[in-house]
Amino acid sequence: MAKVTYIENNGTEHVIDVKAGLTVMEGAVKNNVPGIDADCGGACACATCHVYVDAAWDSKTGTKSAMEESMLDFAENVEPNSRLSCQIKVSDELDGLVVRMPESQH
Amino acid sequence: MGSVSAHVVVLGAGHAGGTLVALLRQYGFEGPITMVGDEPIGPYQRPPLSKAWLKGEADADSLALKPLEFYAENQIDFRPNISATALKRADKLVELSDGSTLSYDLLVIATGMRPNKLPLPGAELSGVLSLRSAADAEELKSHLKPGHHVAIIGGGYIGLEVAASARALGAEATVFEREARILSRSACEVLSTFFTDYHRARGVTFELGAQIERLVGEGGKVTGVKMADGRTIPADAVLVGVGGKPNDEIAADAGLETARGVVVDLEARTSDPSIFAIGDCSHRPLPHYDRMFGPESVPSALEQAKQVACAITGRPAPTPEVPWNWSDQYDLKLQIAGLPFDADQILVRGDPASGKFAIFHLKGDQVQSVEAVNAPPEYMMGRQLIGNRKHVNLDRLADPSVSMKEVAA
Repeated sequence: MAKVTYIENNGTEHVIDVKAGLTVMEGAVKNNVPGIDADCGGACACATCHVYVDAAWDSKTGTKSAMEESMLDFAENVEPNSRLSCQIKVSDELDGLVVRMPESQH
Repeated sequence: MGSVSAHVVVLGAGHAGGTLVALLRQYGFEGPITMVGDEPIGPYQRPPLSKAWLKGEADADSLALKPLEFYAENQIDFRPNISATALKRADKLVELSDGSTLSYDLLVIATGMRPNKLPLPGAELSGVLSLRSAADAEELKSHLKPGHHVAIIGGGYIGLEVAASARALGAEATVFEREARILSRSACEVLSTFFTDYHRARGVTFELGAQIERLVGEGGKVTGVKMADGRTIPADAVLVGVGGKPNDEIAADAGLETARGVVVDLEARTSDPSIFAIGDCSHRPLPHYDRMFGPESVPSALEQAKQVACAITGRPAPTPEVPWNWSDQYDLKLQIAGLPFDADQILVRGDPASGKFAIFHLKGDQVQSVEAVNAPPEYMMGRQLIGNRKHVNLDRLADPSVSMKEVAA
């Protein structure tokens, strides 16, 4: 279990206990947190679960696959700390993780 | 609009219905919501059923859109194992299969599709399966093991995804396709040929232009596929993937306009202003193509769920999306954006033999659709080009050494 803080683009915070093994995307979607659409359900096919990972967590959230990198390269409002949240698996190590949502996923 | 306390009744608890009720609460709708579904479980994702689920890489919890307690916690009255049997529009009432009735202020029809049955003798044998529900997938899974041979009738995406999963699990797979090539309804020949070759190289057998006479069995259980040329191809199970039919009868019987699906507008509203229809049961406008269509896809269902949630809560309508879809087979990710309506030319970017390429369907120098295999830049940029109707330099598009960003610049 890890506490993950999801911050909407308008500043609204959602602190969610996410089970280890789920992805950061699933933690949001299953708890109806707005701002992460995840249209493809985690297949890395749509880039609608885009988040910004707080710098402190950069090294713990793992590296991007070529597929993720490539999808993000063409998403809107991409920053160096952009990730697809369906590609970040939650573990106890990520307790306290903070992710922020972009203005729009489409 | 702004119907903050209206009773919303949702018929169908699939991807469309399940997404809609969650969005309504997310958007602050406080009125009563009732959702009825004919399956025993809550809304779940269907796409993994032909892939991760068969391979044991997904479980019921991971498939579920929301944990079951979500519905009660959010004052959503979810009733499983129930379907609607009649719609009485004059009384704003639906009759349900358990004999009860529900009154609505706003009704959303999200009843999905059902798989077509094989119109051949032997289709009723045990071991002849279709794949729509989690229960279907569970039954199919029991047949996908080493030493077993699964016959797949229909060379569409479901059939091909199951063939790939069967091979991953060590089962033999034969795909029977009535047309001369697989994916004949949905993809161009270059893509059909590529997927046929890719599957063949991984042990899948194809019977193309297949004339099936009947399914044969012993003791009520299917044992093979009898062809018109006299051969009988043995099978431990037969998966029928020959398309589906929208569950639109309840709407048609109530006098709503239907045309292979319930006809809706860009708010997903039917010809009755109190009734919406979303997902596979609907026949919807496609703004980028100036026509009506039933996309039969999860992304379309999600977009329509958003349209309805916005209409009910008085939010501005969402920007129309370019239709898209995807398919995972082996290590291939196919991403499709747009639909090839009115295309007059096909352009292949990259070499299919490399396993990384994209096919652009063009109308003049504008992109109508793109089919991208392991090629996210082509998919992502292609989708934008379809949306913005930009004129493209075709020589540059055909040259993979020119990046997609430069092509679109």
